[in-house]
Amino acid sequence: MSLLEIRGLVKSHESPEGGRHEVLRVDEFALEEGEHVALLGRSGSGKTTLLNVVAGLTLPDEGRVAVAGTDVAELGEAARDRFRARHVGYVFQIFNLLQGYTALENVELGMAFGPGIDRGWAKELLVKLGLRDRLHHRPSQLSVGQQQRVAVARALANRPKLVLADEPTGNLDPEHAGGALELMLELCSTVGATLLLVSHDPAVLAKFERRVDLADVNHARARTVGA
Amino acid sequence: MRTLLWLVGKSLRQHALSSTVTVLVCAIASGLVLSVFSLEKQAREAFTGDVGFDAVLGARGSELQLVLNAIFHLDTSPGNIPWSMYREIASRPGVELAVPYALGDNYAGFRIAGTTKELFEKYAFGNGRERKLELEPGNTLFDETRAEAVIGATVARATGMVRGSKFQPIHGVASNGNAHDITYVVTGVLQPTGTPMDRVIFVPIEGIFRMDGHVLRGSGSDYVPSPTEEIPDEAKEVSAVLLRFSNAQRAFFLKEEVNRQGDRATLAWPIRTVMQEIFDKLGWMVRVLQGVAWLVVVSGSLSILAALWNTMNERRREFAILRALGARRGTVFSAIVCEATAIAVVGCLVGYVIYGVVGFAVAAVLREQVGVHLEVFSWQPVFGWILPGALVLGALAGLLPAARAYSTEVAKNLLPVS
Repeated sequence: MSLLEIRGLVKSHESPEGGRHEVLRVDEFALEEGEHVALLGRSGSGKTTLLNVVAGLTLPDEGRVAVAGTDVAELGEAARDRFRARHVGYVFQIFNLLQGYTALENVELGMAFGPGIDRGWAKELLVKLGLRDRLHHRPSQLSVGQQQRVAVARALANRPKLVLADEPTGNLDPEHAGGALELMLELCSTVGATLLLVSHDPAVLAKFERRVDLADVNHARARTVGA
Repeated sequence: MRTLLWLVGKSLRQHALSSTVTVLVCAIASGLVLSVFSLEKQAREAFTGDVGFDAVLGARGSELQLVLNAIFHLDTSPGNIPWSMYREIASRPGVELAVPYALGDNYAGFRIAGTTKELFEKYAFGNGRERKLELEPGNTLFDETRAEAVIGATVARATGMVRGSKFQPIHGVASNGNAHDITYVVTGVLQPTGTPMDRVIFVPIEGIFRMDGHVLRGSGSDYVPSPTEEIPDEAKEVSAVLLRFSNAQRAFFLKEEVNRQGDRATLAWPIRTVMQEIFDKLGWMVRVLQGVAWLVVVSGSLSILAALWNTMNERRREFAILRALGARRGTVFSAIVCEATAIAVVGCLVGYVIYGVVGFAVAAVLREQVGVHLEVFSWQPVFGWILPGALVLGALAGLLPAARAYSTEVAKNLLPVS
């Protein structure tokens, strides 16, 4: 059964000229439950936009984006927020940790809007990610690699069905990137999460059995409509 | 709700400096409102409350000056009235108590009142006039034929005088006048009353008449008492007569008679109404102070708005992250409104402390200077409405920043800053 199912997705942005610039036109794309898939593509090809649409952070112009059978595009904003809080974990390229919160609090924040804070699980995740001694450190007191692991822990905190990761190793050196990726894959398997990871690092891509080039599924032409 | 409070607490700590400054501004505003509204009422109640007498009879002039001089021992005496007038008024039906006061001397800045033992035997004060002037244990009243004195509790504390202490009265009400050539012995110290009586030195009225340098003009011509002869009643005069009536109607007619038909004296009645005049006359000043207090409150609210508004730019990513983690727009909006409200409420609570400090300071000054007792924490309506008021104003001040947080575009603000 597909955990993520996209059909007829069209997404465009307002262009500076006043018209709309089509970014995504995906006829069909699906991820199976528990699958780990790498998404590659050149810069500006719409990878981040696709993740944002799947996460319900932004709405598509057209099409169906179903996560675990729920079309997020059909949900109202509050319902989308609730759905995201419960079922989607997101690892951002720049981690987006909250600076005023400790590592543990950042992870707990990932649970706060979902089923509720489970401090034991938050600690366990951080310990598994090798941050036993960094639970009460703020992001500014952590190395880039450690911040990335906190971001992974936060994304997995709610045991989500789907984890979206936008170039999560982009800011790490190759040695740390490999280790971090291994941990992420392992934890996704542990919680049974489906992973869609964006990267253009060949070393990262090599870890995935299924790699999808966005250019193969995105038929949007670089065109501005209605200007 | 727990998450909301967590977010608010975190944000307040993260912006500790601006939060603290804004809390202080709100605290000053609340403290000012509490002080202006409460202390004005307290002072009004203290000065217009029952002093144990209903009226003051004195020389022709201002009723207010009479009351201030004879009851609160402020201001100067408008002059004297003949002893015969005191005797005549005291014998009127409806006059329950008439206590003569001869004023015009002091010791260490505390006014000396020449009076009779009737004051200590019949005068009653307090709610329901159930309290009498009580001496400290082992102390005695003065002997009316000797240079003896009974002193108020504040006088004793300020001068260090106790039973057996001696002092020389100073002529006039200023402490830098000439000393009379007579020494008084303290025979008793009064227990604290919380009234202007605490600041008075009581001596026998006969002693005032006979004090060197005093000239009696009760008969219209000067009379200097000789130590060996009795002073004729027609020569005697008093500064004021403190009166208590058995019924108000008699007081009303007596006032008509003294003030309208006579031309030698003034009857200040009722004392409460006379004192009310001061507050009515100073009403504009109180309203100006209240206006200033409200302006400071508005400034406090605006400072909350400004403090939060200024952080909105730097916090856009924070809001976007919260939204990405599943926080609803309403949650982000509520967090900002709660933050503003928390600042206002904490500020208000600190404002109570500021009011306490200001109130106790004002009360101490009034107690020392006038002998009037303020109940700083006796219930005033402002105590009840200021906290909900701060809550509402804080919430209102948070609306604009909250609206800005509410409209944060999530996807755009999660991107790396180039």
